[in-house]
Amino acid sequence: MQITLTGIIRLVFERLHIPANWVAPTVMLVASVIVLFFILFVVLYLIYGLRKIMGWIQARIGPNRVGPYGLAQTIADALKLLAKEDIMPAMADKWPFIIAPIIVFVPAYMVYLVIPFGKGGSWVAQDLSIGVLYISAILSIPIIGIITAGWASNNKWSLLGSFRAAAQLVSYEVPLALAMIPPVMLAGSMSLQGIVHAQQGVWFGIFPKWFLATQILGFAIYMMAALAESNLIPFDIMEAESELVAGFNTEYSGMKFALFFLAEFAGMFTVSAIAATLFLGGWLPIHPALSFIPPVFWFLGKTLVLIFVLMWIRSTLPRVRVDQLMSFGWKVLIPLALLNIVWTGAVVLFFPR
Amino acid sequence: MAIRTEEVQINMGPQHPSTHGVLRMILTIDGETVVDARPDIGFLHRGIEKLAEKRTYHQFVGLTDRLDYLSAMLGNAVYAMAVEKVASIEVPARAEYIRVIMMELNRISSHLVFVGAFGLDLGATTPFLYTFREREDIMDIFEAVCGARLTYSYIRPGGVARDMSTGLDQMIRAFLKKMPQRLQEIDELLTGNQIFLIRSRGIGVISAEDAVSYALSGPGLRGSGVALDVRKDDPYSVYPDLDFNVCTEDTCDCLGRYLVRTGEIRESLKIVEQALDALPEGEFTAKVPKVLKPPAGEAYARVESSRGDLGVYLISDGSASPYRLHWRGPSFINLAAVGQMVKGLKIADTVAVLGSLDIVLGEVDR
Amino acid sequence: MDNYAYIALFAVIGVAFSIFVMLLSWAIRPHRPSKVKLEPYECGEIPFGNAWRQFKVGYYIFALVFVIFDVEAIFIFPWAKELLNFKAKGLGVFAFAEMMIFIAILVVGLIYAWRKGVLKWD
Repeated sequence: MQITLTGIIRLVFERLHIPANWVAPTVMLVASVIVLFFILFVVLYLIYGLRKIMGWIQARIGPNRVGPYGLAQTIADALKLLAKEDIMPAMADKWPFIIAPIIVFVPAYMVYLVIPFGKGGSWVAQDLSIGVLYISAILSIPIIGIITAGWASNNKWSLLGSFRAAAQLVSYEVPLALAMIPPVMLAGSMSLQGIVHAQQGVWFGIFPKWFLATQILGFAIYMMAALAESNLIPFDIMEAESELVAGFNTEYSGMKFALFFLAEFAGMFTVSAIAATLFLGGWLPIHPALSFIPPVFWFLGKTLVLIFVLMWIRSTLPRVRVDQLMSFGWKVLIPLALLNIVWTGAVVLFFPR
Repeated sequence: MAIRTEEVQINMGPQHPSTHGVLRMILTIDGETVVDARPDIGFLHRGIEKLAEKRTYHQFVGLTDRLDYLSAMLGNAVYAMAVEKVASIEVPARAEYIRVIMMELNRISSHLVFVGAFGLDLGATTPFLYTFREREDIMDIFEAVCGARLTYSYIRPGGVARDMSTGLDQMIRAFLKKMPQRLQEIDELLTGNQIFLIRSRGIGVISAEDAVSYALSGPGLRGSGVALDVRKDDPYSVYPDLDFNVCTEDTCDCLGRYLVRTGEIRESLKIVEQALDALPEGEFTAKVPKVLKPPAGEAYARVESSRGDLGVYLISDGSASPYRLHWRGPSFINLAAVGQMVKGLKIADTVAVLGSLDIVLGEVDR
Repeated sequence: MDNYAYIALFAVIGVAFSIFVMLLSWAIRPHRPSKVKLEPYECGEIPFGNAWRQFKVGYYIFALVFVIFDVEAIFIFPWAKELLNFKAKGLGVFAFAEMMIFIAILVVGLIYAWRKGVLKWD
């Protein structure tokens, strides 16, 4: 018998004579808390990973003082941020200033509702039937928080940063959404589990039937838009350290800053996980012969590879300018993304699966 | 209906990641576009020119390090040359060659910092670390020769502080051998990068006429196609005996200034090699009294520093300290052109233009 | 219905977590404000007045174009999901052609905006 969260809780509730109709809500609550802790854990080690990988690329060591190999470095950093004085400028707009980090963080967490970590219903919090649409809807909420943050700070650098953020996120939202459409067309489903299932099987006994096969362009568009959405160099113009000091979060300190940071790194994992699901077969193994490795490892492995690629790009390239960024988004990515939909339509119609 | 918008004034600096020290730029912006930019200087003013009047000629050497701290050897050298002129000191040939080796190595290290910092201004984080790794080798050479890594006080009136230690020759040659390949690495990472090119090409254009009328010098001028180099046009030390080219670019933009500097790194490598080969035996310093009292008179010495035409104007009244010392810092004069160069560009370009001028605030504020 | 209750639960947990950590940090952090500390950061100088001005935003037209395109994307989603079903029913080419017309109109709009110079940041 497979051990699932629902099974465990049902068993416990039976022992404690708690009515069975409490089981479902409790499962939901526990699952969401597990996801929350997963995010916290992932973010801690993504930050560590970014610093280590950048250190490695840049011919230096990276964190190595706190704990073995510096593994506790980000925990120490998080504790420092927790205990740090929180400075709110006297002229700031108080409540928007406080609420902004929440608006940014909550959607970053909500996206994890539909991410399929493994096979079957027990590896995804809730496999919504409109999963892809849900993602593209939720991913556009943080923009509001970022604009709020920049405006409420009453600081010109923050304001410039948030204006840039608004323009950038808005512009790259469109190619991101358009790049997520072709996998839906190929799978005939908007549920992420459905999309993963549609990628099962192999061609000629060796090539996995991942959507990447026909979607190389779509994947490239998605990854570029994802770079912009997760605010990484070369598209990190909203923070742009050398230009805008720290962009929209210039005035933030302590835990409010930590929430922005948390959202940013959680977002990095999200976009990579979605890319892995939509284009790289999610938790499916490369070849059925390798299916003895549990699906969750396949999923995490693919996601981590993509995250590594993002970090690699981040530490290699310079930053584009704001107008170049916008014209690239509108004049290159969006037309290509539309073209890709047309191409995918032709693939769906004229090639048998 | 047009929407009414306001121009906004904003402080860029003194505490800003990319003003290269404590420069304050007062930007007037209209959205992202820079309408006006005014540099406001003086945050690092230490009154070094005035301090010179209360120091003996030897004591002041230590302060010349602290003007252009990225190329302290050149600061030392120009001061030493001015003192030698006013006191009529003959510098031994070996000292001249050692000076040239050290000055050119220092030019390389300064340009390496520029390449890294310019990349960082454009958002590329990795080249900065790479160029600093290369610079570290030069720092090691300097440490071996004079014990200091940033403020050398090595080139002194009369010659140099001490002779090149044994084994230093191999150390420098090893560096020269390693460098071309390292430069290619940087070229691949930065110079050939498409984003780098679109960020620097056609940005911060200053025509040759404007550059001359702003009295720009150094890579800032040569990036506009004017082949003016004090080493060629007003030769000093042993430069006439050495074979090297003056790098120029006709593009007049940030990319041009960047390419001039990377070209100069290669030329400097050539110069160092030639000077090492020709290094004569002999004294490393002339006999200079402990308390130098040059006869009353004045002298002007200039060198081509990493940033341009660096000059020292020295008046002696016959006492043990200078009557007046003026430092013509090329950074200060180059900075004057920034307002014109950034007009109409974006905020991001301001950073690039400022980075491409490669100012050092120690020299601007003195 | 449970599906969507889950979304609400995630939102509630997310907000609760954010408020919890903020309160936690409020409880343990020091609080020593001073006049200089509470000034907005403008690179260490006293700011030139308030930041709330009639700032020129170069992108408001982008925002308008974005609204159009994002709404269009949402229209494409259901079509994308049903395309395989249409094909199964033998209506594939018809559905495809319809969407091509839709996308063509979008592209015409994009070209129009482009030619008008709207897609230029200034």
